[in-house]
Amino acid sequence: MAERVAIETRLPVGAIDTRASGWWAMIFTVFTESALFAYLLFNYYYLAVQPHLPDTFPQGGMPSLTLALPNTIILLASSGAMAWAQLNIERDDNRRLILGLAAATVLGVIFLVIQYFEWEQKPFTLSSTPYSSLYFTITGFHMAHVVAGVGMLTTVLVWSALGYFNRVRYAPIHIAALYWHFVDVVWLAVFFTFYITPLLGLHG
Amino acid sequence: MTITDYERAPTVSTGDGNRALAERLQRIWETEPGLKGWLSTVDHKEIGLRYIFTAFAFLVLGGVEALIFRVQLAQPNEHLLTPEQYDQMFTMHGMTMIFLYAGPILSGFSNYLWPLLLGARDMALPRLNALSYWIYLFAGLFLYAAFAIGFGPNDGWFNYVPYAARAYNNGPNIDFYSLGMILLGISTTVGAINFVVTFMRMRAPGMSINRVPILVWGTLTASVANIFAIPAVSLAFFLLWMDRNIGTHFFDVPAGGQPLLWQHLFWMFGHPWVYAIVLPAMGMVSDGLPVFCRRPIVGYSAVALSTVATMVLGFGVWVHHMFATGLPTISLSFFSAASIIIAVPSAVGVFAWLATIWTGKPVFTTAFMFFASFIMLFTIGGVSGFMTGSVPVDWQLTDTYFVVAHIHYVLIGINVFPVAGAVYFWFPKFTGRMMDERLGRWNFWTMFIGFNLGFFPMHISGLLGMPRRVYTYADGMGWDTLNLITTIGSFVFGIGVLMLIWNVAISYRRGRPAGDNPWDAPTLEWATSSPPPPYNFLVIPTVQSRHPLWEERLNEQPKDQRSYPHAGLVLEQGKEAIGTTPLDAQPDIILKMPGDSPAPLIFAISLTVIFVGLLITTWWLVALAALATAATMIGWLWPERKLGETAEPAVHG
Amino acid sequence: MIPHWATNATFEGVFAASPVQTVSPLSYLISSGAKADHVLPLTWGVLAVSVAVVAIISILLIGAIWHRPGFALAATTLPVERPSSGLNWLWIGVSLSTLALLATIVWTVKVLADVAAPPSKPSFTIEITAHQWWWGVRYLSADTSQSFTTANEIHIPAGTPVQFRLVSSDVIHSFWIPALTGKTDVIPGQTNEMWFDAKAPGIYRGQCTEYCGLEHAKMQMLVVADTPADFAAWRAHQLQSPAPPAGYAIAGQQSFGTYCGSCHTVRGTDAAGSLGPDLSHLMQRHTLAAGIIANTPQNLADWIADPQAVKPGNLMQRPEISTAELSRIRAYLQTLN
Repeated sequence: MAERVAIETRLPVGAIDTRASGWWAMIFTVFTESALFAYLLFNYYYLAVQPHLPDTFPQGGMPSLTLALPNTIILLASSGAMAWAQLNIERDDNRRLILGLAAATVLGVIFLVIQYFEWEQKPFTLSSTPYSSLYFTITGFHMAHVVAGVGMLTTVLVWSALGYFNRVRYAPIHIAALYWHFVDVVWLAVFFTFYITPLLGLHG
Repeated sequence: MTITDYERAPTVSTGDGNRALAERLQRIWETEPGLKGWLSTVDHKEIGLRYIFTAFAFLVLGGVEALIFRVQLAQPNEHLLTPEQYDQMFTMHGMTMIFLYAGPILSGFSNYLWPLLLGARDMALPRLNALSYWIYLFAGLFLYAAFAIGFGPNDGWFNYVPYAARAYNNGPNIDFYSLGMILLGISTTVGAINFVVTFMRMRAPGMSINRVPILVWGTLTASVANIFAIPAVSLAFFLLWMDRNIGTHFFDVPAGGQPLLWQHLFWMFGHPWVYAIVLPAMGMVSDGLPVFCRRPIVGYSAVALSTVATMVLGFGVWVHHMFATGLPTISLSFFSAASIIIAVPSAVGVFAWLATIWTGKPVFTTAFMFFASFIMLFTIGGVSGFMTGSVPVDWQLTDTYFVVAHIHYVLIGINVFPVAGAVYFWFPKFTGRMMDERLGRWNFWTMFIGFNLGFFPMHISGLLGMPRRVYTYADGMGWDTLNLITTIGSFVFGIGVLMLIWNVAISYRRGRPAGDNPWDAPTLEWATSSPPPPYNFLVIPTVQSRHPLWEERLNEQPKDQRSYPHAGLVLEQGKEAIGTTPLDAQPDIILKMPGDSPAPLIFAISLTVIFVGLLITTWWLVALAALATAATMIGWLWPERKLGETAEPAVHG
Repeated sequence: MIPHWATNATFEGVFAASPVQTVSPLSYLISSGAKADHVLPLTWGVLAVSVAVVAIISILLIGAIWHRPGFALAATTLPVERPSSGLNWLWIGVSLSTLALLATIVWTVKVLADVAAPPSKPSFTIEITAHQWWWGVRYLSADTSQSFTTANEIHIPAGTPVQFRLVSSDVIHSFWIPALTGKTDVIPGQTNEMWFDAKAPGIYRGQCTEYCGLEHAKMQMLVVADTPADFAAWRAHQLQSPAPPAGYAIAGQQSFGTYCGSCHTVRGTDAAGSLGPDLSHLMQRHTLAAGIIANTPQNLADWIADPQAVKPGNLMQRPEISTAELSRIRAYLQTLN
């Protein structure tokens, strides 16, 4: 048998934080999803600058911030809770991890509920005009991502409750968190497009 | 084996003649025999071969469609096909060749070759790899199911609205196409992510990014492009499906939608895609040609960078498909300049290959002939593309057979010819047997002559004004003889492709044994046996140059700074691979690789059922399949102890 | 049985008097107008560059393979070495290519600027409305009484630029008269403007070049460039309603109104449909069915008897009427001078 020597450096074994392949896969998933939202918003701006029907872009008057602004804050708070959970598993605090994940999940669900009422309030439907199609399609795409994110958070919450993670083995937490932070950040782009640009008088 | 260490210092060894290690790795890595193993394997080599086989099947289907409508076009006023049949036929042909053959064939080669080229045990995400194949297969079957029941896509592969809208295209044809393309897009995206992560993490220790083979650069560039480009087309098709089925108004003109929005989205994807299906093939030439010139490629860095540059520019030229849509002159000028200047990185490649042959010693194998002829075909396809980049000229050329000639010189010249060469080049590695060189000679000349006979005259019929996508033409237009020659040539080319398949079939049974490195090639895939064992390398190679197997003879490095193709890390405590740092490829982590699993297949099936539900707008089926998909995903990702995903008390302090 | 239409014989009549008849009527390597004259040298120029590049690369490739005697059939028999870097090839080749490319860009932009506007102000505007699978042609005038509509055949005065407005009633089409002008897409919801002219009187063929469905192949048209005097006469005639029919054709007019009038217009009658071409002066046109068959009595009879045989899938259905009625309709149509 040939000679075998141990190399000097010790290497981590298995799924470790940002060295796990799954983490890298999620990075590039976030890239392709970001591109998807970029193209979605391209649709909005393209149709907005082309000649369009009167009283669309926006349709139904200036969009109301009554629900949308608090909801934006709720989603950002959810990201904050997630970050807190991440911090705590690195400190080997499983209890606070669970607490943080649970808070993030609940805030995500609250966002969905409020978003439902926001949809109910709109004076148009999916098939009214190109604007209404864009509104429901883009916010709908985002909601689908929130639903997927809540599903992920729930799953890692269950795994955390089962005691799967400690200060070394927590890659799934960071992977789910990466997605969740993306879902929250991309909402800012959607929110800016539909709720803020009309207020800035960029089109109309 | 129940406890996974948090960290360990791996051992280093030469693997030569270590039978115990080989047997141990064989047990760990091999796929269990039988149907269950077949359906659940995640071996990149098996998946790669499936990709290649499936893509070739689609090549044959797309080819048969082409030959049928070439018969229709052989003479003026033929009535073999009705207009509707012709329209479905040319759409299926384009869709098949561009989406189901040209991309997947390269994914197949890269899937098989990447881990071997990189000195790795597998792709970074083996189960994702299996998933990508299954979805591709199901998307292909989905699209062909439409054709089989008489509702094939009928609006060209570019699928312009509003002809694709419900008002003008009432059948399920376009719904099939839309949903099939989204499904296929998922496959491509998943595959692309896998390639990029593999590139970032799985290169053998020492293989810094300036030492990877050019094929790796090609596939990497294509994959990065796909990650950013695929969402555009998937979204476009989804919006179209919504317009057709649930009453949105993105492209619906009377309600204020915009037909040109489709064209922007489609070509923002479409043009990068064209580069995605040629750059890896150019990479094959860049790696294969120098082997037969007995020297390293001239200008490695220039060629690698030009690959990346082509793609970067490729994202800025989509409007050259829309020169006639009435855009302002100033934006036409910009996109015209971009479309012309994109030829510069191509010129880098051409002159690098020429210089490699000129300063090398050509070895006249069939693979060499395919690779060398590619340079000429690439040049012809390149200059015709350059011509269409000039806007006023394009106003005449576009949508005539000149562009048909161009796209075929690009796709056949830059994809099929290198792929044929790659088959001859890597078949010995895949099977352990050599292909028949005598038949290879015949095969090459039949394909080369048939191709040029068939497709060169299209330039002329284009210049004489023959429009594209016409199911027939009148006589007296000056196109009769040219079309007859084209039809004859395409049949000759078809025979050439059959000869390739025939050669593969007979060589697989009775080809001469190949040995590990029949061409005396320099890269790592030739350092292992042919065909490679399930674990690829007994020990992980250590790399110090671009051509580990030629170092001694080139004698360009001091003796103590050479690669060790057969010595390095021993990873035998389970299914293990080495993860390395993204730029320098220094050992970073010992990865626990997942075993075979039925999850990818189940996931792909339930995903496909979602799309069937969307096709027949049956929402309960969509919901049910979505739940099944989510459940499969959770089961798939459930943390496993043996993969080092769950917490355990550390055994070594 | 499909009638043998569109043979050389039927088209000879159309082009016999035309000075631009060529062996390839849709070739764009012949230019017959000021706009096409600007573009054609550029086309030849880039074609010449392309042919030269292919020739040079082919010679270099063949030279590279054969310039040193003796080659092997097995890789393993030849030694591996790095003879010279070969990088000079890249410097020289890429520099020369870049120069040629930059020169082309400059020439391209120059031609783009040259053809952007007509050399003189166009004398009038024609609105083209593309339909599946024919062309509506409307001559616009500020004075609406001077506007009129025709189809599939565009008359213009030779030697003067004419402005065109392109609109679509359904899907995307593309307007193309190779000898006179390159393509401009005709896109629903959008009006594209362009101009062209013809240097000399003659008949020029055009074709739809954006795939638009089943009969995309048979969506053609003619541009007839007349002398200014002929054009004025043609225009004056077009502005009038056709003379009322007499005799046998009177009954044909009634049948036409019943079966055809909901889609077609004949000015001065009750037939005022707009789904099909305006037929007011049908007999003035050289072709039928959007430029695909010569306007002969036999072709006209075949066309109205079974449009689906001539142009399968087109929107004109086979009329379920008696032969006698068909021949009355044909007789009426033949009065539409």
